Amino acid sequence: MADALESKTTSLRDGPRGPKPRRTFSRRNILLYGTLFVIAVYYAIPLYVMIVTSLKGMPEVRLGNIFSPPLEITFAPWVKAWSEACTGLTCRGLSIGFWNSVRITIPSVIISTIIASVNGYGLANWRFKGANVFFTILIFGSFIPYQVLLYPVVILLREIGLYGDLAGLVIVHTIFGMPILTLLFRNYFSSLPEELFKAARVDGAGFWGIFLRVMLPMSIPIFAVAIILQVTGIWNDFLFGVVYTGPESYPMTVALNNIVNSTQGVVEYNVNMAATIITGLVPLTIYFVSGKLFVRGIAAGAVKG
Amino acid sequence: MKTVYKLLAVATVIFAVTSAFAEDLEVMHWWTSGGEAAAVAEFAKAFDATGNHWVDAAIVGGEAARAVMVSRITGGDPMGAFQFNHGRQAEELIEAGLLRDITDIAEAQGWKDVVNPPTLLDACTVDGRIYCAPVNIHSWQWLWLSHKAFEDAGVAVPTNWDEFVAAAPALEAAGKLPLAMGQEGWQQSGAFNVMMATLVPQEVYLGVYQDKNPEIAGGEEVAKVFQAAADARDMAAKSTVQNWNDATNLVITGQAGGQIMGDWAQGEFAVAEQVAGTDYSCLPGLGVTEMLDTGGDAFYFPVLKDEAQIAAQSELAALLLEPATQVAFNLKKGSLPVRGDIDMSAANDCMQKGLALLADGKILPSTGQLITPDTTTQINTLFTEFFADPSMTPEDAQKQFVSIIEDAE
Amino acid sequence: MKRPNQLFRNFSAKIAAIPMIVTALFVFVGGTAWTVVYSFTKSGLLPRLKWVGLDQYERLWTTKRWIVSIQNLAIYGISMLVLVFVIGFILATLIDQKVRFENVIRTVILYPFALSFVVTGLVWQWILNPEFGIQSIIRDLGWTNFAFDPLYNPKIAIFGVLIAGLWQGSGLVMVLMLAGLRGIDQEIWKAARVDGIPAWKTYLFIVIPMMRPVFITTLVLVVSGIVKLYDLIVAQTGGGPGIATEVPAKYVYDMMFGASNLGQGFAASTMMLVTVALIVIPWAMLEFGGKKHG
Repeated sequence: MADALESKTTSLRDGPRGPKPRRTFSRRNILLYGTLFVIAVYYAIPLYVMIVTSLKGMPEVRLGNIFSPPLEITFAPWVKAWSEACTGLTCRGLSIGFWNSVRITIPSVIISTIIASVNGYGLANWRFKGANVFFTILIFGSFIPYQVLLYPVVILLREIGLYGDLAGLVIVHTIFGMPILTLLFRNYFSSLPEELFKAARVDGAGFWGIFLRVMLPMSIPIFAVAIILQVTGIWNDFLFGVVYTGPESYPMTVALNNIVNSTQGVVEYNVNMAATIITGLVPLTIYFVSGKLFVRGIAAGAVKG
Repeated sequence: MKTVYKLLAVATVIFAVTSAFAEDLEVMHWWTSGGEAAAVAEFAKAFDATGNHWVDAAIVGGEAARAVMVSRITGGDPMGAFQFNHGRQAEELIEAGLLRDITDIAEAQGWKDVVNPPTLLDACTVDGRIYCAPVNIHSWQWLWLSHKAFEDAGVAVPTNWDEFVAAAPALEAAGKLPLAMGQEGWQQSGAFNVMMATLVPQEVYLGVYQDKNPEIAGGEEVAKVFQAAADARDMAAKSTVQNWNDATNLVITGQAGGQIMGDWAQGEFAVAEQVAGTDYSCLPGLGVTEMLDTGGDAFYFPVLKDEAQIAAQSELAALLLEPATQVAFNLKKGSLPVRGDIDMSAANDCMQKGLALLADGKILPSTGQLITPDTTTQINTLFTEFFADPSMTPEDAQKQFVSIIEDAE
Repeated sequence: MKRPNQLFRNFSAKIAAIPMIVTALFVFVGGTAWTVVYSFTKSGLLPRLKWVGLDQYERLWTTKRWIVSIQNLAIYGISMLVLVFVIGFILATLIDQKVRFENVIRTVILYPFALSFVVTGLVWQWILNPEFGIQSIIRDLGWTNFAFDPLYNPKIAIFGVLIAGLWQGSGLVMVLMLAGLRGIDQEIWKAARVDGIPAWKTYLFIVIPMMRPVFITTLVLVVSGIVKLYDLIVAQTGGGPGIATEVPAKYVYDMMFGASNLGQGFAASTMMLVTVALIVIPWAMLEFGGKKHG
């Protein structure tokens, strides 16, 4: 096994996943980078539109060419979105909900990811009778529009005395993230070689022992994907945040929605765009960071064989 | 959150001896745009001045706000007060005994004598008891016209709907969009309702929406309104905007001749620094029948248990209709005050026209006061179809309209 | 290997599964049952047990908007499903060619997923707007007859939404596919190359079948997103022009929170849930009920 391991790590260092690249300016490379460039442009255009709009003053926005760069760059929309835009009475922009969003997102992501990874591990390696029935229900649950369950969940939380509490909101995010995350982890753990599991069992490790010492270290890529999903979903959530907590813990998206969705009054597109980019920065940062983890995760993933 | 309230309750008991005030009251509303927020700040300022504290919970959009309200009330954690469109939306909450009866406050403050028009208070009344405090009047029946567009087209600025329709070809020849209209159901059905209220006798509007009389809804007068709606559809055929304020912007920039929209459009003209009478005209009642509906907003108060909170609710309710608060609030909001006995001389031209109509009693109940949100949604869907599909004849649309009215409660 | 005599370790697994069991039973089964029960009532703004039998369903199926919604969802769903998989997989294989700047490219493709639907809808509404979007730019360049206004043509408006949906969602599919590709053993590639099998054949006949679990995850993710499609529509078209881009989830929400007609909303969501259950439950039992390493 040691040999195999070594050969894989070596192959990792020089080995691409796809067919081997050749000279730098080969026809294949020009084609490949050309295609990727065109694709990147398609994906980037809307961001470009958002950024240039966010740097224009309102009179310029009214002129109407969304692609033209700003004649006169102004950062006022950004300042306004972050610290001046009003949510009702409090004119502190997005900044007011920022820490609330952090307080909601961190525990929700951690708890939902832990629970789902344990679920997935149990379903992949320790299946007890009937486990699949619950799993099937869970998968079915991922197709239920959230809003349909809004009121039943209110009643449930009321009964356990957590309605209106931050803990209640964390539970709600854990519940609604559970189907997809459990599926993700279950499939990942199922794809790990069974020999590893068996060897650990022979060594006398139990449910938690194997999970912590064998499975977790090998699961970095899938944790990266799970975290991407959860951070995005929870950070961008608006409805649960307002329905299950009170105004003192409203997340940033309440302010974002108030800025972007106001229908009576002047719609300031430049501020809208700035507000969106600012709100999106946190998930984007996570992508960048976890994207790297995800690549490094290959090294861990490559151990299997 | 609950702990916070419990602590507050304890604190209130402790300090009750020294001060009867200093209560935090959570108030929920969906006034989030610049002017709206400035207006609601006037309420908060006045409330804080009583020694209490206004805890602001602003949620954009009536739909999300409704979801939150129902959840909070069902979850046993209601807010202190919330804004709603007065009318039939709150009926169920009242029937379920979830809203506080504020008749005593209304009587003590003499609302019956000062609220004008009295129908506003009727909209708050169920079985003779008052459950809400009306705070403003918003009307739909306005035609906003761009002077620049008509100058460019070389025709005089119309003074009524018929002249406007007649000017449409000239506008089109000059490359203008005759009528700007956002492609959203509420805007389209709103415009239709404005035509029904102004282009045909008033009994038609009441017969359809108040009495839900299918014969009137299927009758000749309503057929005329559908014909007018078809004219409007032709005039707006090239309108590609969705938001109402984007449509207003077309009028402001002179790209479109006019728009049918409620008095909140005023704010857009004000921000663009346009002057009523020189840059644009506002025609109440489409210049045909000068008549305004009296929709608007009101505050409701959920049933609470905590005595100190209840006291704070009472103070807020009384304060909302005080003359000073009414003036300050409505000037910022661009809406009309709910009492006729106060000085609104600071209002602009268009608002003065509205005030004059109100004083003359040329008013109608709003559709929101007459039909349920369910019926409103059905009508919105019908008109969004009608305006998007030129092949749908006015006759077909009227047939569907009749069946909606038949089913309406 | 899991026999009753190992009850102890299975016991740990059962303890660990409690959150899942509670969620499945109380939230998903309980919540669904609650919804079905109230779909037979005349609940308005508040859930109330005023029975009306099948009235809500009768109204539902005679409402044109509901029928149009279902048709739209079918068109959008099938197109989205096919395209998002093809695009996501191709992007993943391109990036997997050990390209430089992988981080940058991956982030560029994935960032739309970080943005809320509200703004995705708004930006694409602008870009597709004939007055100041792509059409006007191309016309300014000289092609004055160029026409591209998907959001204003009721016949193709749903595809205008599809463009934005793909833009927003394909990045995530790409990431999942990339994770799957990178889980493929290096030896497979070597063996295939030694045997002289062309790359495209290796992908199609060896790699893709090995990525089955990733495909399943992605499938559930994408399809559940399609069924729940709502925010994007609201932000981009509001269901228009006319009712050309209405979808079932929007009907449900509009009824529940806009029209204050919970009963009608619940009837519509019951129809959605029944359809999903009829397809998903048998499939899931087959897919996940089998042996461990599937």
